[in-house]
Amino acid sequence: MPSTSIDAKDVQGLARFGYKLLTEACYLLLRIRDRAAARAWCAVAPVASAELQDPPPVVAMQVAFTYAGLEELGLPSGVLAGFSAEFQNGMAGEANRSRRLGDVGENAPGKWWWGGGENDPHLVVMLFAMPGKLEEFRRTVQAGDWDAAFELIQRLDTADMRGREPFGFKDGISQPEFDWNAMPGVESSQITYTNQVAAGEFLLGYVNEYGKYTDRPLVDSTDRRAADLPDAEDVPAKKDAGRNGTYLVMRTLEQDVQGFWKFLAGQTGPDPGAREQLAERMVGRTTEGQPLAQLSAGRIPGIDPKDDLNRFTFDQDPDGTRCPFGAHIRRANPRNTDYPNRPTSWLARIWTQLGFASKGFRTDIMASTRFHRILRRGREYAPGLALSPPAPSLPADDPKPGLHFLCLNANIVRQFEFVQNAWLMSTKFDGLCGESDPLLGNRAPIGDGRSTDNFTIPRQGGVRRSIAGLPQFISVRGGAYFFMPGIRALRYFSRAGESNG
Amino acid sequence: MVAARLDRKSVSGLRALLATMNVAPGRVDAANPLVPFGKLENLHFARFVILDDPTLDAIRLYGLPRQEYPLYLAFTCDFDGAKPAFLADLAHCAGPGLRRVFSFCEDFPDGADLLQWMRDHDLPVAANYVNWRGRTMKQVREEARLRQAIDSYLDLNASALEGRTAEQVRAQVRAFVDAEIAAGRLTLTPPVPAPLGERIGNAFHLIGGALLIGVLIWGALPLLLIIRLRENTEPVYAPRPDPAQARALAEIEDYEFTNQFSAVGSWKPGLVRRWMVRFILLVIDWTVRHWPFTKGLLARVLTIQCARWVYLDNSKRVFFATSYDGSLDSYNDDFINKVAFGLNVVFANGIGYPATRWLLQGGAKDEQKFKYFLRRHQLPTEVWYNAHPSMAAVELERNSRIRQGLEAAALSDEAAREWVQLL
Repeated sequence: MPSTSIDAKDVQGLARFGYKLLTEACYLLLRIRDRAAARAWCAVAPVASAELQDPPPVVAMQVAFTYAGLEELGLPSGVLAGFSAEFQNGMAGEANRSRRLGDVGENAPGKWWWGGGENDPHLVVMLFAMPGKLEEFRRTVQAGDWDAAFELIQRLDTADMRGREPFGFKDGISQPEFDWNAMPGVESSQITYTNQVAAGEFLLGYVNEYGKYTDRPLVDSTDRRAADLPDAEDVPAKKDAGRNGTYLVMRTLEQDVQGFWKFLAGQTGPDPGAREQLAERMVGRTTEGQPLAQLSAGRIPGIDPKDDLNRFTFDQDPDGTRCPFGAHIRRANPRNTDYPNRPTSWLARIWTQLGFASKGFRTDIMASTRFHRILRRGREYAPGLALSPPAPSLPADDPKPGLHFLCLNANIVRQFEFVQNAWLMSTKFDGLCGESDPLLGNRAPIGDGRSTDNFTIPRQGGVRRSIAGLPQFISVRGGAYFFMPGIRALRYFSRAGESNG
Repeated sequence: MVAARLDRKSVSGLRALLATMNVAPGRVDAANPLVPFGKLENLHFARFVILDDPTLDAIRLYGLPRQEYPLYLAFTCDFDGAKPAFLADLAHCAGPGLRRVFSFCEDFPDGADLLQWMRDHDLPVAANYVNWRGRTMKQVREEARLRQAIDSYLDLNASALEGRTAEQVRAQVRAFVDAEIAAGRLTLTPPVPAPLGERIGNAFHLIGGALLIGVLIWGALPLLLIIRLRENTEPVYAPRPDPAQARALAEIEDYEFTNQFSAVGSWKPGLVRRWMVRFILLVIDWTVRHWPFTKGLLARVLTIQCARWVYLDNSKRVFFATSYDGSLDSYNDDFINKVAFGLNVVFANGIGYPATRWLLQGGAKDEQKFKYFLRRHQLPTEVWYNAHPSMAAVELERNSRIRQGLEAAALSDEAAREWVQLL
């Protein structure tokens, strides 16, 4: 029996909120010291749910586990086997995955500060608090048997940069929407762009954009320890250990702010306006967040009609003369639908499916962004630096600031990895060649030796402008795949396994 | 495709020998002494695969006993020009190496005539797609150099080209290219028309194939009805791939933008599915040879460099091989979201495929099951050669369009503007 709404009190709050009012945050990367103590903590940990609260909470705690962590908790092998293969293997577990994610060269897992195979965390405890409240909250959380249960391997601090990332751009503007109170039907084919996505793309146990249930661990209903778990909607006589949980992707991205603006200054000369303009072409937005693409005249479902930062697609910019094809936001979400030409009749749809509607290689090179959306929940970090955008002359920024990138998705390969691999890092995105994401690219040359450190700016009625020799501006410094369980699943984890072994 | 039987005992030795052609798993040495692929100027792609089907037990779903099939070594090449000339070239370049490889096969006698032996073991291809029919390796290389030369010219002359109309830009680029050609730094060989014999054969295939399809479709319709009646009850078998198998396959992927995929599988038991597949692959083969999928597209998909289906064992099984752009997951997603029906019409006739309706709907839209199904049927490609490893199919198309626009006598203002946008 499919659900009619999401059970918000069983979902961890991060799936619903960015906790914007809780401007202080830190992430505790932990290893389990003692299984029994860790389980006892899971049984009672005061994890904040996604229920709406009035007044909003002052503090919030969230928890997510790596596969090694779930093993360490002693989950039964049948449950462990139900998690996705990429989660089991880990972000840095296979050389092939590192190649696809662009985690080579300077980004290679061997160089990471955390994760990457050496002393990997078992879990992350995320703490959010209103200004001035974090330290006290952290002490409360880490009291009692905490030290018996966990060993802190790293504390990742964050900085409140008031909605901007370290290069100085407004960030976190575009997020997919899903309905918490209703389960709208899934379209079998999507003709117009929408920002509304099926809940099953971000929470396990619900229907995804294909109208299916993403694979997840299920437990026999006869298992008494699983009695409190929700029922699996799609499989009779099974309890759902995945439901209301999701995968959390975490990556620490160090940003070379000085290098970024220095390079741009070298390209544009002394005019700060020109420098900023070039930066905006790379991002696809102004520093204040306005998209370079034209705002849509019509309504986009899931986007507020008054939202002038997000109400756009790239339909009106087929040549990339407003927003370059390679601009960061165009790569991160090309905002297209299942069909390039918006066919309304079934005949026109068949015509399109057979490829007759394609004119040139660019009209239909990608489609269906709805299967590749992620919920971003990252926070900036800036050791000892107060930045104001865009900073033309910066103090020496060592240690460098950056972003703890966090995103939530139900299928890591189809969502996060796809966006990272096929769009951001791809040297062939949208018919381009010789460039990857202007911000995130690792600039590794491709096999035949050609460089990927370019950035192309198409120009109306003229020859494109090509910027060459982009250095690497962003380096991966850590990362891991976590599972952020539903709250009942977290309690189930505390008693699911064998006794302390 | 050359396919020859193997004794299971010789497989590990053969694998070890084939591995010597690679600098590392998944990365061929184009100059390896066994088969120096790089010396064959007309060769686009080549691969060696050992056809050892890991899914033969699936037939038990139908209450039938597992059927044993021979093991094969498959060797495929995509090349320009006529087959006899290519095979002769191959035997000349790699004769001793190929002999060593084929000596692992059951019936390769000492002192065999290599050319004759390859001809004798050449299996017919049921359907063969190439991204851009008629584009030769020579053309690929020349157009890539052209594109690079134009790129540098534009970068060096950015200010001089400022404010020029599209047609003026084109004239200037053309003058530059003409000078480069005159100086011997660029070559643009005019396309050579296919030999008369080939053109006549093609015309016969065009007409004969159309007539045959026109007749057979009346037989295919009742088959479709029978299939529809069975679709709801046929067993679906698409568990997760074995982690070790998935790991081994992943290990040899994603070194370059283009990847290889090789798979083998059995059709569902009975003649209905086999006849249906024969009809569908006949249609596919015709459409990719004549119209409309000869220039860059297979339906809506632009990321296939080449693909082929070859029947095995009295067409009870099939070998499928492709070279495609991007990672396997992005390629799968592209297919599922754009042309799931195209996957369904062929692969839904395979044992265990996710359930379809009318052979077109459903199926691959069960995204995870479909991906598991495909991965489970995949075989490691022991050796894979790609003559243009860092070039996506759309990049090759873009290079060709730049050249076409450059060589056009006159372009409308609109066409000239579009051409400048290509640069």
